[in-house]
Amino acid sequence: MAYLGRRGLLLLLLLGAAIALPPYFGVYHTRFATQIAIYGMAALSVDLLLGYTGLITFGQAALFGVGAYAAGMLTVYGVTNAFVAWPLAILVSMLFALAIGSLSLRTRGFQFIMVTLAFAQMVYYFAQSLRNWGGDDGFTVPQRNHLGFVSLADHTTFYYVVLALLVLVVLLSQRIVKSEFGMVIRGIRDNERRAAAVGFPPYPYKLVVFVIAGGIAGLAGALMANHAKFVSPAGLSWQLSGELLAMVILGSANSLIGPILGAAFFLAFRDVLSDFTEHWMLFFGPLLVARVLLMKEGIWGLLVRATGAEGKPAPPKVDFPVASGAVAKSNPGAGR
Amino acid sequence: MSEFLLETHHLRKAFGALVATDDVSLGIRTGETHALIGPNGAGKTTLVGQLTGELAPDAGRISFRGRDITALATAQRARLGLARSFQITSIFPSFSAESNVALAVQARKPHSFRFWRDAERIPALRRPAQKLLDDVGLGGVGDTIAARMSHGQHRQLELGMALATNPVMLLLDEPMAGLGLEESRAMSKLLASVKRQYTILLIEHDMDVVFSLADRISVLVGGRIIASGTADEIRNHPDVRVAYLGEEDDDLGGDLDADR
Amino acid sequence: MTLALLVEQLFNGLQFGMMLFLMAVGVTLVFGIMRVINLAHGSLFMIGGYFLMAALAWTQSYALAVPLAFIAAALVAVVLEIIVLRPLYRRGPLDQVLATFGLTLFFNEAVTVIWGRESIPLSIPPFLTGSVEIIPGGAYPIYRLVITGVAIVAGLLLYLLITRTRVGALIRAGSDNREIVAALGININLLYTLVFALSAMLAALAGIMMGPLLSVEPGAGDPILILALVVVVIGGIGSVRGALVGALMVGIFDTLSRVLIPLVIQTNATSALVGMAVYVLMAVVLLFSRTGLFAAHRG
Repeated sequence: MAYLGRRGLLLLLLLGAAIALPPYFGVYHTRFATQIAIYGMAALSVDLLLGYTGLITFGQAALFGVGAYAAGMLTVYGVTNAFVAWPLAILVSMLFALAIGSLSLRTRGFQFIMVTLAFAQMVYYFAQSLRNWGGDDGFTVPQRNHLGFVSLADHTTFYYVVLALLVLVVLLSQRIVKSEFGMVIRGIRDNERRAAAVGFPPYPYKLVVFVIAGGIAGLAGALMANHAKFVSPAGLSWQLSGELLAMVILGSANSLIGPILGAAFFLAFRDVLSDFTEHWMLFFGPLLVARVLLMKEGIWGLLVRATGAEGKPAPPKVDFPVASGAVAKSNPGAGR
Repeated sequence: MSEFLLETHHLRKAFGALVATDDVSLGIRTGETHALIGPNGAGKTTLVGQLTGELAPDAGRISFRGRDITALATAQRARLGLARSFQITSIFPSFSAESNVALAVQARKPHSFRFWRDAERIPALRRPAQKLLDDVGLGGVGDTIAARMSHGQHRQLELGMALATNPVMLLLDEPMAGLGLEESRAMSKLLASVKRQYTILLIEHDMDVVFSLADRISVLVGGRIIASGTADEIRNHPDVRVAYLGEEDDDLGGDLDADR
Repeated sequence: MTLALLVEQLFNGLQFGMMLFLMAVGVTLVFGIMRVINLAHGSLFMIGGYFLMAALAWTQSYALAVPLAFIAAALVAVVLEIIVLRPLYRRGPLDQVLATFGLTLFFNEAVTVIWGRESIPLSIPPFLTGSVEIIPGGAYPIYRLVITGVAIVAGLLLYLLITRTRVGALIRAGSDNREIVAALGININLLYTLVFALSAMLAALAGIMMGPLLSVEPGAGDPILILALVVVVIGGIGSVRGALVGALMVGIFDTLSRVLIPLVIQTNATSALVGMAVYVLMAVVLLFSRTGLFAAHRG
């Protein structure tokens, strides 16, 4: 049931703005808002892994891109019904996630980061090599999918569909995170050693959440293919994976909403600064460094504190992945 | 079959030239409280690691409830009924105390692939968790976030989580570690109260607790079991006295002589 | 597939492998000793190439340009270490990954600001052009032989430094227990800066030497970094020996697969398979040993 404290009100406010404002936007801003929602969904999938399971993945763009390619290819082949194409895209990305995850999750910590990066790169090269699909240049998608009899060609209609899906994803993720399954993966994040000692083998649970996150990223990718009517390997780059991680951390990890705000911030930052200079990345890089080194929380965390919407005292920031077995931060004796 | 619930057969583990576990054959009888003592550096941590499945032995076998568990992973051993508490507090810091225990209770079920119901509102998990908290003396602080609890409360929580999985055997790694006098007494009472329900392997430095709780004691020095027997046998065992009195930073020698 | 071609590819693989080694050993050293994962390592490679180009444009002489580029890269590395890396030593992997990723974004953009987005070709130093016959009928570029040699010498020097010198002993001790080394009065900060500068210089060296072969462009270091990470995964994090073995494996495997696979499989998917070959190798190694071939003893 809804915990309609101050935090809930804050969320309703944001949702209200998301629903009420776009009719007043022109095409440009409607498309901008759609982009935020799509990247927000992808970033949310990263947060499921990062904030809730303690898995730092540098390869989520691969699953995002797989979803985009799947939806794009299906549309080109004439499967234009979203009710068919989108679930298929989700399925394909979940299969890729299963393949990548089953190997990557055998590793831990830094190795896991590097392995996810490597496998994502592999998918990137694969996409680049698809000569029939434009290779490095990608391909255009002739039309948007349609929801049965509802055409999505109109930008505003499409926005609301994307928003609805985003809200759905948030609600479903909330349920998952609070469920018994969610307790296990959060336990694994807090203390994998302890979770195993209590009787939960970490691997199957991590794999399942990895696949779920992959499916969400795949859906976001399918939506992106529709939004841009264009699919290319750039959507699979490790740079995008890093940007998704950045969105999560900028917005506040471990919150599901934070990544969406982080996506909004990132896109707004890019949008505003590129009016002044094409070299906006010159400022974003140091901004990211500053956020990491100097700030303790991201946008959502700041918002919650600023509006006094904390409710129960927030749990202390967990330094994840937590060193196996230890609550204290530096504990050379623990672990092996 | 065997009268031993947990048994090791010629266990050996070496790190380069350092033999941390040297031909250890240890048997814990069903229902007994068995203490493992020894000076620092004797290899207790390494042995515990092998028993729980976090370290693979170089040689030897471990059997539990008649099964060879040498190749089993930690989680599988826990599912067979071998629960442990950690020497250095190892809980879920961002969870409340009650949720910590509830998660352990949840582990009783064959799997946790349930994605819909809010785990914090499942009475079948919360009620046993609350009861366990009461049992270990944390009844009133169930809502406290674990990371904010005191060290003593952490030790209680450790025990609570070990008990929560309905185990057959408890492997308690220095439950008294870092406890003050009052807290030690409370913990000691707690252990005495659960003693009869479980087989216990107790690793401890606190000799008061060891002698008051243990049915049998094994002494680990330099990776080998140098003695194994009842409290009196150990107290008067010449090798044990040498091993302890020969160690400068242990006042065990005094404890051995104290009147009990 | 003639013998000459095969030998030429093997040498190419060796050369590429040694370049990867220079990169990978830096990553693995910094991780093994400071427990930091540095994604900006690729940027140091790229900067090496750019500084060489800039120094060449200024001095018109390779003999001057190479040392200049080297020094400049080392300076950048030292500044980087003090400002960004040092606060990261105490942080977790997430912070390190994000901060160094941010650095990569910054550097990739900074070079476009200064030198533009175009790929800039560099010419091989005049005294190193030409080929030699390594086997009858097989002419091999002298330049490639030289840089392979330089990399091997660098590796040997590194080995000697770590195993035979006092500094090397401190480095090894510092990786096991920084508190004790600090307590001994050794300036651990200085030590770490040294290690980082060393790893950066190796990366810059690779970037300088590869400049004439690859051309300098923004993001040049990224694909090399990723391969270096693959090498570290294969070889085992923290192991220099693993970095060498892994680098040679990856270098030779990648080079040979690019030549051999198209001979065997002639489809549209060929280039895909070629690019993926190294990652398949990594996957196989992971199945065999999840910590890599020579994982360092510590967890």
